[in-house]
Amino acid sequence: MPDKDTALLNVTGLKRYFDVSRPFLNRVFERQKRQYLKAVNGVSFSIKRGETFALVGESGCGKSTVAHLVVGLFPPSSGKIEFDGINMTALKNRAQLRPVRRRMAMIFQDPYASLNPRWRVSNIISEPIKAFGLINGRQAIIQRTSALLEQVGLSPQDSSKFPHEFSGGQRQRISIARALAGEPEFIVCDEPTSALDVSVQAQILNLIKNLQTKFGLSYLFISHDLAVVRHIADHVGVMYMGRLCEIAPVNTLFQNPCHPYTRMLLDTIPDIEKMGNECAPPQGEIPNPLSPPSGCAFHLRCPQATDHCINNRPELENIASDVKVACFQARS
Amino acid sequence: MLKVENLTIRFDTRYGPLTAVDDVTFEVRPGEVFGLVGESGAGKSLTGQSIIGLLDPPGYIAGGQITLEGTRIDNLAYNHLRALRGRKIGMIFQDPLTSLNPLYTIGKQLTETILTHSSMTNAEAQKQAIALLTDVGIPGAGERINCYPHQFSGGMRQRVVIALALCVNPQLVIADEPTTALDVSIQAQILSLLKRMCREHGAAVILITHDMGVIAQVAQRVAVMYSGRLVEIGDVRQVVKHPQHPYARGLMGSIPSLHHQVDQLTQIDGTMPRLTDIPSGCAFHPRCPDCFDLCKDKRPPLKKIADSHIACWLYANEAHHAG
Repeated sequence: MPDKDTALLNVTGLKRYFDVSRPFLNRVFERQKRQYLKAVNGVSFSIKRGETFALVGESGCGKSTVAHLVVGLFPPSSGKIEFDGINMTALKNRAQLRPVRRRMAMIFQDPYASLNPRWRVSNIISEPIKAFGLINGRQAIIQRTSALLEQVGLSPQDSSKFPHEFSGGQRQRISIARALAGEPEFIVCDEPTSALDVSVQAQILNLIKNLQTKFGLSYLFISHDLAVVRHIADHVGVMYMGRLCEIAPVNTLFQNPCHPYTRMLLDTIPDIEKMGNECAPPQGEIPNPLSPPSGCAFHLRCPQATDHCINNRPELENIASDVKVACFQARS
Repeated sequence: MLKVENLTIRFDTRYGPLTAVDDVTFEVRPGEVFGLVGESGAGKSLTGQSIIGLLDPPGYIAGGQITLEGTRIDNLAYNHLRALRGRKIGMIFQDPLTSLNPLYTIGKQLTETILTHSSMTNAEAQKQAIALLTDVGIPGAGERINCYPHQFSGGMRQRVVIALALCVNPQLVIADEPTTALDVSIQAQILSLLKRMCREHGAAVILITHDMGVIAQVAQRVAVMYSGRLVEIGDVRQVVKHPQHPYARGLMGSIPSLHHQVDQLTQIDGTMPRLTDIPSGCAFHPRCPDCFDLCKDKRPPLKKIADSHIACWLYANEAHHAG
């Protein structure tokens, strides 16, 4: 049994740029340079065994791109992803990646798009089992899929149905069963509840939490909803424009947010507790990621911005043993 | 001011009529923000659409009536309805991109609405449009008025839609999920703008949303819908802090909180019934933890209990004693 306190996943300096240049001839005639969208721009974090690490941020901040990079759905531009001591970016071919991939799984946001509409539920769930050759024999596989369906709160009879016969919440349960089929240690959840109603969201969140205690899973949980994150996460990373601006344990982050952006997010969420209190809404909008502002990316909207913030970019630094913040103001 | 009485909306299908909104009764007072919450499929958007006469066939109003300041508006002829839309009732839709015409400048769309409903000259309408855009917080409104919708960001577009809904001072604005497509920080901006604009223009708002947090922050009174029926109406503080109906209680418990951590969220087992097989009696009874025999046979009426109205047999006796 590996040591519980060692990091299961270590991400260092992860970058992913997308080439969004105009076509070649346009660039020649219009004398434009190549243009890159810096979706993820130097992100580092680590996830311990059995822990849930959540990434939050508004749309376009790069949180989903991080999720895709971690499971290897596309390669990083630079940076290192270490899973249980194995450097995934150094593995070049699929055969080498295979054993590592078996140990991680992903749950996608849209339960309507992530299940093949022409496959029966049994095929969907048994695909990872067959692909990794975990169990041999038809009968054994049927038994395993039935057990998986029961684990996520569906009945074994559902295995002969097609995805369209299920509601959104049930489909997300099927996705979870599929993710569990490969017996992973680590699951990336990319906004698993944002397409669901609140009462169904509560069911799915409870299920995800219960499975964690049952199988000792580690999660990378992507969400834009801070309340969901507070409920499910142990550590939280807040992202803004492709960079992390704060990493802290969940209680510290919510009780004592250090980065002005985290504070802004917490202030603006409509919340039942804050009923009737009118608070001044934040100023400004998210800048265009193609031409990010100089210095600290948040300085345009930050109430505490100084000249120093406009010209220099703050790095993520420890301000307490377990709190990292990328802000000049938070340090002093 | 606006009264909706026993509103029933049906869809005729191959399998017989489906009742999507069933016997819904509420009223909106002048100048208030009235919240309508429920999960998807609860019939909240249909209720909003039927008020402004935008119900798409095959849906139709099968019963009940809607009155605005004493006049019935649910059975108006098309040309009367056109005079009413925009003039008396404004509408804000969920998706700010599809609710603006991409082929016209926003100035053209604003002045068109103003000119249709008032006797202004073109120049005056133009001036008012600029004033409105400045009012909703669009910087450089004078130049931006000649821009097309695609040149604006989502939040800015929703500002334009709000200006459009309020440009002839309607008494009522129906906002159907106005911030669902927006990020939280932009959502806060739009909500506070909506609140301020409606206060300044003296318009009442029906805010349709699935987000209890939004309701708690903006609305004064709230109605909770479940599978086409109203289950609880009351003052927002009452409903949010001390929900009475088991569904409302479950709904509140299932929302993760920012302020305290719980190990497990309250969970309402099962899902909302399909319209084809709404259970007998109280529509919530198969999922209800407090269900008893009467719930399965008879539908509970909406009864006044203290300051709220609740449709649940649990409270039927209390109402009797109070009454």
